[in-house]
Amino acid sequence: MTEISIYCSLDERAADTLDCTDKLTPKRIRQIVLRESKRANVGHIGSCLCVADILAVLYGSVLRIGSPDDPERDRFILSKGHAALALFATLALKGWIPEATLETFCGDDSLLGVHPDAELPGVDFSTGSLGQGICMAVGAALAARLQGSERRVFCLISDGECNEGATWEAAMFAAHHRLDNLTVILDLNGQQAMGATRDVLDCSNMAERWRSFQWRTSEVDGHSHAELAGALARTGTCTATGPTGQPHIVLARTIFGKGVSYMEQGVPFTQDHLPVQPINWHYLPMSAAEYRIAVSEIEHAQ
Amino acid sequence: MRRAFIGSLCELAAEDDRIVLLTGDLGYLAMEPFRDRFPTRFINVGVAEQNLVGIATGMAEAGLRPYVYSIATFAALRPFEFIRNGPVMHRLPVRIVGMGGGFDYGHAGPTHYATEDIAVLRTLPGLGIVIPADAGQAATALRLTAPLDRPLYYCLGRDDSQTVKNLDGRFESGRIQMVREGGDLALISMGSVSMETIAAAEELSARGIEAAVAIVSSFSPDPVRDISALLARFRIAITVEAQTSSGGLGAFVGTVIATEGLPCRLKMLAVGSSPDGTSGNQSERWRKYGLDRASIVRSACSAMERIPR
Repeated sequence: MTEISIYCSLDERAADTLDCTDKLTPKRIRQIVLRESKRANVGHIGSCLCVADILAVLYGSVLRIGSPDDPERDRFILSKGHAALALFATLALKGWIPEATLETFCGDDSLLGVHPDAELPGVDFSTGSLGQGICMAVGAALAARLQGSERRVFCLISDGECNEGATWEAAMFAAHHRLDNLTVILDLNGQQAMGATRDVLDCSNMAERWRSFQWRTSEVDGHSHAELAGALARTGTCTATGPTGQPHIVLARTIFGKGVSYMEQGVPFTQDHLPVQPINWHYLPMSAAEYRIAVSEIEHAQ
Repeated sequence: MRRAFIGSLCELAAEDDRIVLLTGDLGYLAMEPFRDRFPTRFINVGVAEQNLVGIATGMAEAGLRPYVYSIATFAALRPFEFIRNGPVMHRLPVRIVGMGGGFDYGHAGPTHYATEDIAVLRTLPGLGIVIPADAGQAATALRLTAPLDRPLYYCLGRDDSQTVKNLDGRFESGRIQMVREGGDLALISMGSVSMETIAAAEELSARGIEAAVAIVSSFSPDPVRDISALLARFRIAITVEAQTSSGGLGAFVGTVIATEGLPCRLKMLAVGSSPDGTSGNQSERWRKYGLDRASIVRSACSAMERIPR
């Protein structure tokens, strides 16, 4: 994928602004994530960097959304709501969130909090409480079928969300009703709030588990655009195929903090009293030095 | 009110093809008229109340009008956070239908007693709450509230045959319904137990005490003005509800008395203690928790003795 970078400054004091030449690329999403999380001095950076490729592919070539208020648009639900800043960056790059609004991220009385709210144009559902988004996604897919619509529904969930019972309620229902207009993307970054998923509740055989729930499964590198685009293109529409198919889950192996070496390694660069573990970057805001390194690495990434 | 509910919903669904009915695997020998008439609009989601409400949220966003049905405790309490973050936060017209208010499920035991649903759901200002006192009022309420674009909770009794005398199917959202006039004290009642309340008023009348009886059948909007106007006329009010005393009808009336500065003393008849493991039929439960007509009469007489007239 060709990227046209217009990000010129490594200095966090210099305002980076969007303009019409901006492209929806993972690199631009990551740059905005870094800039806004630094501006707001908040964490959840690791999760946001992790899903940048998935969002770029979804909004770049998969979702059929003429405008965010078109009732017949495809629906997207960020069930792992804590990656909202990456979604806000994506919507800004689509031109659906003005730059001035983006800059209110985590400001007082802003619609742009750490988790996404449906009051913001472009956000279909409010999320932040894990395990709820996938249930709403199932309802959206079922509604499309009942209404004879070719709308499709995409839902991004985390591996930590697979701890939630409601996730499996939704999984069982979608398979029973053969909702082949529903695609769930499972962001397998191996992290959850208190540590590695393998240490909290092991989810190492996720493909097998979803297959046993009668879902069609694809396994991809969650940072490979070709693999993501290939898998996501396999989403059906209920009216085209009739209720004979299966819901589809794309298991996307991802790296928490993707693109910033010290985040990928879990190094709290300037807080050396903390243990080295990726989940640090679920919480920590970046220091000035960490920000400079992160910006530089994303800028020079291939 | 099961037959009233499904009959009314069939009529509404015939006029409005946005209406769908989702059940959490309950409603055997009740749902069938809807299922048979609108097979594609009837979905048994299975025993999964969180998913039930989540699915309804997704469907309502797409323009449908989902009614979700389960036993009141399972419909209101199990998926509380899904109700909060779903239809309420998104301001979507999902209708949660809880079957069996108070002790309706009698011998099924404490897991099935809906004694907190109204109190808990009243904490969500965006959720309209409808508590019909009998089947006639339920039918009217279902029809009048169907066009509303906001989320609603209906707490319905199981029984279709008992009626609250003089209620005559009246309902108006945010208003009370007077079913008896009287000048000595006010009885304010909610839900199926209202038939005990009006029976108690008649017994009091035989003893020379005339009680006005008001039915509270909806919250959000709360009937503040009606309660305020009613209690401006009385020194004593007694609330009767098969709910815990915190957050339900009595708590509401007490708040109105305090905030409006009314010179009225309040006695709350409610479920005052935690379940003790026992079960019994609804009438026995009302007696046990002091909500039957004899208990109401005793409370009224005792209150009248203590307040100089």
